[in-house]
Amino acid sequence: MLTHLSSIHLQQAIERIENTPEQEQVRIGVLALQGAFLEHCHALYAVGAKPVELRSLQDMENLHGLCLPGGESTVMGKLLVQNRMLEKFAGFIQGGMPVFATCAGLILLSKEIIGFENQVRLNCLNAAVNRNAFGRQKESFIEELPIICPFLSENDAEKQCVFPAVFIRAPQVVRVGNNVTILAKRNEQILAVQEKNMVAAAFHPELTENLLFHTWLYKKASEYKQLL
Amino acid sequence: MNTEVLKGGLAQMLKGGVIMDVTNEEQAAIAQEAGACAVMALERVPSDIRKEGGVARMADPSLVKRIMDCVSIPVMAKVRIGHNTEARILEELGVDYIDESEVLTPADDRFHINKQAFKVPFVCGARNLGEALRRIAEGAAMIRTKGEPGTGNVIEAVRHIRIVNEEIRALCALQEDEVVYFCKEHAIPLHLGLETRKEGRLPVVNFAAGGIATPADAALMMELGCDGVFVGSGIFKSSDPARQAKAIVEAVTHYKDAKKLLEISQGLGTPMHGIEISAIAPADRMQERGW
Repeated sequence: MLTHLSSIHLQQAIERIENTPEQEQVRIGVLALQGAFLEHCHALYAVGAKPVELRSLQDMENLHGLCLPGGESTVMGKLLVQNRMLEKFAGFIQGGMPVFATCAGLILLSKEIIGFENQVRLNCLNAAVNRNAFGRQKESFIEELPIICPFLSENDAEKQCVFPAVFIRAPQVVRVGNNVTILAKRNEQILAVQEKNMVAAAFHPELTENLLFHTWLYKKASEYKQLL
Repeated sequence: MNTEVLKGGLAQMLKGGVIMDVTNEEQAAIAQEAGACAVMALERVPSDIRKEGGVARMADPSLVKRIMDCVSIPVMAKVRIGHNTEARILEELGVDYIDESEVLTPADDRFHINKQAFKVPFVCGARNLGEALRRIAEGAAMIRTKGEPGTGNVIEAVRHIRIVNEEIRALCALQEDEVVYFCKEHAIPLHLGLETRKEGRLPVVNFAAGGIATPADAALMMELGCDGVFVGSGIFKSSDPARQAKAIVEAVTHYKDAKKLLEISQGLGTPMHGIEISAIAPADRMQERGW
């Protein structure tokens, strides 16, 4: 239940990627200070990437993509500062490195956290978010959410699909800037967004078997690697 | 299925973090500031319950509510083993997690709460694989070692996680047709025995609890395979709670990094005094509560 992917399939993927020489790997840094980072690592292995757990500055070398997991945004923010990782992390993203963020990760990535102006954040995504916007744990829910995936096919920019979206004490985006594309909406609630190299969701793809977002990250990280 | 994902999902978000016992708003604010990933709201920390004796019950809901209002992180609260009504009251209040806890005086000497019937997720204590999987069968979405609460002595928490690990290894070494006998011996439902054997670990998130007092204790429990740490009396019975709390949070993140642990462990003042386990009569050991 903790591993949402078939354990045999996952084991094979891990072995194959770990036996690939480092220079051939597509290496995606997963912020591993607190939260559900292991679930993202598993999903990344499953799509063919090499996840690199990031706990200190020294871990932040030779990366082609980034992933911000769910967890407690306040805890991750404090630990990013204490480990002097905040500026380098934000610098990577501003430099164009692809990043995928979920839930607390979306909060950390945003420029504005409503009601928590002093909370540490990466200040990259042109959006204002509301923490715990649905309420407490009893308001957590799962819903088949229609999402627009501009990244599914380059030729079909409006391609739609339905995603099994898991919301756990989830945030919402309440305002977005000019260059931000809304990928998922529920009534007026904005639940997934994209701005250039950044994709962020209020829900948890890493708790499902659906690898759509991780596939996007892998693809973009592979392209980014070619540019280096 | 859906509720399992939601209940277990919050526990997954807490992983790699520290959940701290707090008894008022001031302590809750200190815990949040130090980097707690959640707080446990209760009337008295375990070491005071141990000292004062008497019947320990669910905290006054108005206290829990005040703590919920003053922090933005998840809030948990404890109910007595088997006390269905205390759990319904806390669910109504809207706490994020309920701990059906041996720290409080049990209300039922045979049955635990039917946790499947609740929308709010539960965490329960366990000393071995059988206890852990029985609690999961009842609907617990998260497990913690029992340790010996309120002692500041980590030995029991270590013993319990080692027993769980050893029993999982023994289960994994069995042939599939032998699992049913293992399950019978440990009083485990067969499907959970099979699931645990397949995954090679407990099917839910497993934290350490019961006696963790220092950053080194917390890192030790992570090294032994726990997903995160509860700290009860260890923080607010130390001489400098804010620093001790912050250091324990950092130690859980950096448990593999001895260089960081060395930095983290210095100059924290006096940790809680602590009790040698043999000084507690077997009948007074909280870990014996739970069936």
